[in-house]
Amino acid sequence: MALNITDIKRIAHLARIEINEAEAQATLIKLSGILGLIEQMQAVNTTGITPMSHSQDVVQRLRDDVITEINQRELLQSNAPAVADGLYLVPKVIE
Amino acid sequence: MEWEVVIGLETHTQLQTKTKIFSGASTAFGAEPNTQADVVSTALPGVLPVLNREAVNCAIKFGLAINAEIAPRSVFARKNYFYPDLPKGYQISQYELPIVGKGKLTIQVGDKEKIINITRAHLEEDAGKSSHDLKSGGAVEGMSGIDLNRAGTPLLEIVTEPDMRSAAEAVAYAKKLHELVQWIDICDGNMQEGSFRCDVNVSVRPKGSEKLGTRREIKNLNSFKFMTQAIEYETRWQIETLEDGGKIQQATVLFNPDTGETKSMRSKEEANDYRYFPDPDLLPLEVTEADKARVQATMPELPEAMKARFEAEYGLSRYDAALMTQSTAHAKYFEQTAKISNQPKLAANFLSGEIAALLNADNIDISNCPIPPENLAAVIGLVANQKISNKTAKDILPNLWKVVSGNFILSTYEGMLLHLTQMGAVQINDASAIEAIIDGVLAANQAMAEEFKAGKEKAFNALVGQAMKASKGKANPAQVNEILKKKLSS
Amino acid sequence: MINSSLKQFGQMLAKKEISSVEMTQTFLNRIQQYNPSINAFITLDADKTLAQAKLADARIAAGTAAPLTGIPIAQKDIFCAKGWRTTCGSKMLETFKAPYDAHVISQFDAEGAVNLGKTNMDEFAMGSSNETSFFGGVKNPWDFDRVPGGSSGGSAAAVAARLCAAATGTDTGGSIRQPASLCGFTGLKPTYGLVSRYGMIAFASSLDQAGPMAKSAEDCALMLDVMAGFDERDSTSLNRPKELYTRDLNMALKGLRIGLPREYFSEGLDANVAKVIEAAIAEYKKLGAEIVDISLPNSQLSIPVYYVLAPAEASSNLSRYDGVRYGHRAAQYDDLMDMYMKSRAEGFGAEVKRRILIGTYVLSAGYYDAYYLKAQQIRRLIADDFVQAFKKCDIIMGPTAPSTAFKAGEKADDPVAMYLQDVYTIATNLAGLPGMSIPAGFSNGLPVGLQIMGNYFDEARMLGVAHAYQQVTDWHQKAPEGIL
Repeated sequence: MALNITDIKRIAHLARIEINEAEAQATLIKLSGILGLIEQMQAVNTTGITPMSHSQDVVQRLRDDVITEINQRELLQSNAPAVADGLYLVPKVIE
Repeated sequence: MEWEVVIGLETHTQLQTKTKIFSGASTAFGAEPNTQADVVSTALPGVLPVLNREAVNCAIKFGLAINAEIAPRSVFARKNYFYPDLPKGYQISQYELPIVGKGKLTIQVGDKEKIINITRAHLEEDAGKSSHDLKSGGAVEGMSGIDLNRAGTPLLEIVTEPDMRSAAEAVAYAKKLHELVQWIDICDGNMQEGSFRCDVNVSVRPKGSEKLGTRREIKNLNSFKFMTQAIEYETRWQIETLEDGGKIQQATVLFNPDTGETKSMRSKEEANDYRYFPDPDLLPLEVTEADKARVQATMPELPEAMKARFEAEYGLSRYDAALMTQSTAHAKYFEQTAKISNQPKLAANFLSGEIAALLNADNIDISNCPIPPENLAAVIGLVANQKISNKTAKDILPNLWKVVSGNFILSTYEGMLLHLTQMGAVQINDASAIEAIIDGVLAANQAMAEEFKAGKEKAFNALVGQAMKASKGKANPAQVNEILKKKLSS
Repeated sequence: MINSSLKQFGQMLAKKEISSVEMTQTFLNRIQQYNPSINAFITLDADKTLAQAKLADARIAAGTAAPLTGIPIAQKDIFCAKGWRTTCGSKMLETFKAPYDAHVISQFDAEGAVNLGKTNMDEFAMGSSNETSFFGGVKNPWDFDRVPGGSSGGSAAAVAARLCAAATGTDTGGSIRQPASLCGFTGLKPTYGLVSRYGMIAFASSLDQAGPMAKSAEDCALMLDVMAGFDERDSTSLNRPKELYTRDLNMALKGLRIGLPREYFSEGLDANVAKVIEAAIAEYKKLGAEIVDISLPNSQLSIPVYYVLAPAEASSNLSRYDGVRYGHRAAQYDDLMDMYMKSRAEGFGAEVKRRILIGTYVLSAGYYDAYYLKAQQIRRLIADDFVQAFKKCDIIMGPTAPSTAFKAGEKADDPVAMYLQDVYTIATNLAGLPGMSIPAGFSNGLPVGLQIMGNYFDEARMLGVAHAYQQVTDWHQKAPEGIL
């Protein structure tokens, strides 16, 4: 599954990372190298093997439905690039 | 060519939990922006989700209510996409292994019943809200504001098979579902506040064809009226497009209530690639038989079971039983009225007739009905005992509407009788009193009595009319008939 | 004093030979002297640090001191610490002041330990040389031309150069053990789920695990006593009874079966490193251990599997850095899309972007089964190898890294060569097993680490095995000349 420059641009867009032509070319070379490493997996027959998502075979713990959090808006918004009237500001969202 | 519309629904129901699905922040509606956006809702670096037990219980409850398979193991997955109201850049949802599997819901359209198959229902988190009309000027010019209070509110997304064939069926399903989620108390059903939102998939195909047409998804309908309008418009649009030789492109559309039209969303020009994968921060969710039994124990009697019981226990028709079980509030009101008055059929008649009309006129929910069940039961008791006529009862209800609230006297049979007597509304059943009235009428209308005796049948009705008039309409009409007949034939 | 063990530091404080404020000041002075050249710390805040030391002194005076009360600990800048700038080595979080404490930080605070400062690291823990840090590379105290390893390079250099009493690190594919090997000290990555990940900035959630970096196994045991423990805020935190990790430090090694995986001694391993490891194994034989030949047949697949799973999880974990609620936002942009694209292009460094792109690719439509699902299946094969191996042995040993510290810049432009640094450490992350690295000697004047891998929750025994070696050798006491 060889990568091409269109793939690089497509995934960069999906990941919302701006990339210019020169960067895309350089990235293509590096990513192709990494994918080459990854391709070793294809030699392994994995038919019937259950995928492993977690190392421990445990199930989800559940939390009681009790309010534990208080309003910390001021503190949390002290890191925000732009706020007004308690709202985080972003360039206008067009639907 | 004759066309057939094919409809499937995806409904987002906000679950009635105190806290968010993955954190202990409040889900209360209407708070100041971002005051309920805790570290998890804000997706700060390093925070982690922990699942709310109550949200899981709500999902199990729904699964039990629609007789669905409940997965012993379900898995949370990440749906990756960027949007300012989606703070993590992914939504935690369930993808391949949802908690609720296949189930069924029976709807009624006109006098026909139809089974709608539910494909699945899965738990997920709601997004925040973007507001696009901020005060103009200064730093907010050209900006949208993001409020994350809603982010992380638990949702149960309920997905149907494409089983519906008309807007009426789709709306009947949506209403039925709306009623059910409130019935089992997992959702407040408040559509204005967005607690119950429907996405409707619509496609058309030539009648008789097996193949599904290309569908368009109408997003976020939050009223049944809009749903009807949107589906009808969309259906017409698709048929016209195809008949004009055009093709339907798969798309997400929005309904504009002002124009009554659906329109494709502009921002979705790129194909979505959500890159779902199991969320490594959450472990598989296990639901045991014991968990199900525990939830089952909290389950109220379901509408279908109650309907059957109303038919058997109260002798209601299937139609009336369905009406009386349209919501828990209806059922509760009906049962109380029926039990106190011991007149279930009359109770059902009044509820589906006068009371429904009055509630409708004032736009009041039955749970807030100004006439409590005890008072209606008292009125019904008077009708049953022929103290008042059916018509009188119906006439006085609007009056009671205003005076009954908080009036203890009127909540008893005797009190109501006294009140209606004082109002002069009570029926005259006393034979001697009626005889006296008829005697008076005959004395004043001897000519008419002669005409009747001479064979003019019409004169009898005129005499009855005179008697009723003389009694100010209170005389029992059956008795008037009977006594008048006896007098005239003697 | 700076060479003391944590136990000795504790005794000095208890006997009032020195106050915590004085001890802390000593380390702050050393940092002031050496950090400009070593660059081990990203953020220092002497006021906050000394305020904690004062509180610790009061606690010691009140007689309520815990083992690490008053002892200055360096914290990897991956842990959110309330009021502290927490950057994760990234421009993206250059100005981010954490509004809450990570579980690990809370645990040290409750212990009364002193937070000495936030240490340098590869950006978002992605790297094996600390060269991907936005705040610059870190020097290996043994040779300033060489890298300290990564991603916990700042903590590693701080421990090696005695700029702290001990430090914390995190290990997703070897980020505690490889720098421990390259800088010549003891580091432990616990069983996945033992230390809460709450407040630890995520790289690859199913692999990330925090652990201690210190001079000896005994020090690591004391650190782990503080760090480990159930935390209900992390769904993957394991609810098990609290253990005392110092409990087996004096165990006898007679009859201990040490498994040597064939695959860890084959091509790719530096011959001099191999000699050091073999000598260490010989020492264990002398201590009464029995050597068993084992095989981890799928171990060569751990790198490919890791470079699918870790970037996939990372690509999603790093989506929250969008310039909306915190973090870098581009100064100029046309619209929302442009703001996302520019903020993330500017805020992330090259290696982080590469991994986000790889992760995005392997999860994208049409590739999921071939890459992500396949990797998860092979992950199980790798974990099963260990299950089989632990039927034959109690402990597994081998090299930690294929070579000693390499020169800065040597592999910086070759990601694949850099990734091979973790060839011996990644498998335990994939399996969720504990692993540690202890100093075992030198090759050309540079430290070599011996890796010790244990079964799930076998940390106490691993620490005992390491401690026994450190009782009969003094590699762990060696410190780089010229900075002591």
